[in-house]
Amino acid sequence: MVLNLIVFMLAASGVLKVTDIPNDDGSRLKVEYLIPESFDSAFLYRVSGDKSVLIKRPTNKEGVIVDMGLSYKKEYRYRLVVYADTMKKEYESALVKPRASWFDTSQFPLFIVVILYTGLLLFYLQHARSGKSLYLRPIAGLQAVDEAVGRATEMGRPILYVPGLSSISDVATIAALNILSHVTKKAGEYETKILVPVRDPVVYTIAREIVKEAYYSIGRPDLYNENDVFFATDSQFGYAAHVSGTMVREKTATNFFLGMFWAESLILSETGASTGAIQIAGTDAVTQLPFFIVTCDYTLMGEELYAASAYLSKEPMLTATLKGQDAMKIIILVVIGALSILNLFGVHVTLGLF
Amino acid sequence: MLQRKIPLAMVFVFGVISTLQYFVPHPLSQQYYDTMLKWMIGVGSMAIFLALVSFLRHHYVRLRKKEHAPYSAVAILSFLFMTLVGFIGGMGPGSVFQKMFYYVQAPLQATMFSLLSYYMASASYRAFRAKSFEATLLLITAFIVMFSVTTFGNYVPGVPKALEWIMAVPNMASKRGIAIGVSLGSIATSLKIILGVERNWLGG
Amino acid sequence: MRDFLIKLASLNRTTIYLIITIGVLLPLVVPLNLGQKMSPPTERLYTFIDTLPKGSHILLSADYDPSTLPELQPMLEAIVKHAVLRGVIPIVMSLYPQGTGLGIQACEKARLELGARPDTDYVILGYKPGFSAVILGIGEDIRKIFPTNYSGIPLDSIPAMRGVKNYNDIALVVSFSGGSTPFAWVTYANTKYGQKIASGITAVSAADFYPYLQTGQFIGALMGMKGAAEYEYQVNKLLEKEGFKKAKSVFAVRGMEANSIAHFLIMLFIVVGNIGYFLTKKRREA
Repeated sequence: MVLNLIVFMLAASGVLKVTDIPNDDGSRLKVEYLIPESFDSAFLYRVSGDKSVLIKRPTNKEGVIVDMGLSYKKEYRYRLVVYADTMKKEYESALVKPRASWFDTSQFPLFIVVILYTGLLLFYLQHARSGKSLYLRPIAGLQAVDEAVGRATEMGRPILYVPGLSSISDVATIAALNILSHVTKKAGEYETKILVPVRDPVVYTIAREIVKEAYYSIGRPDLYNENDVFFATDSQFGYAAHVSGTMVREKTATNFFLGMFWAESLILSETGASTGAIQIAGTDAVTQLPFFIVTCDYTLMGEELYAASAYLSKEPMLTATLKGQDAMKIIILVVIGALSILNLFGVHVTLGLF
Repeated sequence: MLQRKIPLAMVFVFGVISTLQYFVPHPLSQQYYDTMLKWMIGVGSMAIFLALVSFLRHHYVRLRKKEHAPYSAVAILSFLFMTLVGFIGGMGPGSVFQKMFYYVQAPLQATMFSLLSYYMASASYRAFRAKSFEATLLLITAFIVMFSVTTFGNYVPGVPKALEWIMAVPNMASKRGIAIGVSLGSIATSLKIILGVERNWLGG
Repeated sequence: MRDFLIKLASLNRTTIYLIITIGVLLPLVVPLNLGQKMSPPTERLYTFIDTLPKGSHILLSADYDPSTLPELQPMLEAIVKHAVLRGVIPIVMSLYPQGTGLGIQACEKARLELGARPDTDYVILGYKPGFSAVILGIGEDIRKIFPTNYSGIPLDSIPAMRGVKNYNDIALVVSFSGGSTPFAWVTYANTKYGQKIASGITAVSAADFYPYLQTGQFIGALMGMKGAAEYEYQVNKLLEKEGFKKAKSVFAVRGMEANSIAHFLIMLFIVVGNIGYFLTKKRREA
């Protein structure tokens, strides 16, 4: 059957509204439509140059869609074609060009916090150049590092160092690698073997260089054995099996579990506890902390892991950042406290963060 | 000396650009991010090769030690077998490689994971003691949580609500406290590395 | 009696392991048929999928490997079956190479047991590397990330993929993971594109995800074996109603029964350990 269509071309005012979505890469436009009459079927097209693409078949009279995958270099027009009985109506929007932003204003509060925190850290770093040493509260797990290395030396057994199971993009892994350097130097001074099984290939290459450099820096390159830092496997539980086997067969006297851990944490630390090794753990994985606390002799909780490098080296420049962290924490506490009190009185201030 | 200065300079430049990149949604910034991701994948692929050499060398050396030999032999043989099977028969549905994955690797990994129940029982038996007021409070909370995650938990009125409250209020409060410290610590660590103050990753 | 209790409180590891083994095995051999009542996060997810219009699409991302299979696989299988029964099309993908096989396995079950047709009632896309890039890419055009399905058929030739371009056309994303992948889905798909997200997670990592449920960034979640059993039980009821009795699965339900017994045993060990601790302390003080 051939329909005799009566075709209308209409301006789109009120029917089609196209606006740019701010704070993006210029790949999105917001298209709002409000079809004034009842219809049988409708088609919404995106027109760019002489190319027309169907992007939606509206079923409701009104709706909003976000058209994605656009280019900020092109201009777009939207066409809504509506069929009702024997009528065909076409609505067309004006030409709109999506805008690519150079700054995401929705992230402005975060940007301010970043600037503030970086400024604070830089201020304390500058302050530290005077060479004044800072007081650091005793952290039992870090005070025990020397004792733990010494114990392995006395027993003539190796040290096991697990730098977590995550990749190098995890800051906890970087913190663990920083501590590895200290522990290797200490172990090198006592001529005690240190075993470093690694799960991530990139972390393996970095850990290998760190151990090598640490031995060089204490003038004992002869102690470096390339088989002591090795890639075990990238399988999470395969790694747990390997490390557990190493603890049992090598009878390691001291185990370090520092970095990012998941469900394997208890398998590692409970096996270590069963072999009678002295164990120092540290992670920022909150859910794994309880497991380490019950099975290890010392546990570095959350940020203590990040403070470890500064604590062990006692370098003023490194300890200065700890003071910066504390200052920022005070600011956050004051802000949380003030906003909570305001909230109690019915004043809801979010600082644009939520 | 250059061996240290070049990596430090690179870390500074890329660290600063990558931080700013987060706030810039422009396609050029996204392009930079994509390029960095591609480099990461590239570097990762090269590292896999080095890691495999390390894996084989480690187990080869251990073959000479009596206590390690059987385990290392299994590791090397399994590696060679899976590589050969993958190359010869492919890795598609129904292939030997996939069957080995389903019927050997999957149960082995699940077995390791299930060991957790034994370790949890033994660890909680040894360490969960009501030594102080705080420890007793923790013990009572643990009992409520443990009971509520059993099948019976949902049938006792008030228990699911108690679980949600424990998880959403005290648990969340402590987690957020730790999370704030961890975030500040990780930003400080990153900044120390970007500014070249922390150099232990270069061996100290 | 006191001596007996003190002795009981100093059990060695082997005895504890043996008791746990018996406790876990028993319900697997002799089913307890306890039934499963849905907890609120499970119920929210179940209801969401159950009330989707026919022909809607849900994206299921199998972001796990065999190590967490006992908890996560029954979740994926139950959701695939639920979707197929309701006429909702599950699109199965993975951000982990090992997850592909597990996704295929779940769809195969739906094919064999419910007669679901590949590429019509469900779609398998397979694995793509690059976590964030993949999640962001789907927000623009799923065909740019997955030009073909797992078997190499172009998405344009797949009937079930007609009309699916990006998150606008996907009602829900469910990420099954033993790690942190659901965070990535929230960060990139929910925050940037407003995509509705739910997750299937292991019990060990469940505590990490509560904030997301509280804020509504997850519309629901299956947490550990308990979540899996609750969903499986509910889908079993639906299967029975629809005449697919043989397609019922009891893997998670049985597992949860064993899990519950193990929990009670651990609670018992803690009580025994504490009795022994207090008695020994008293004796020392006396």
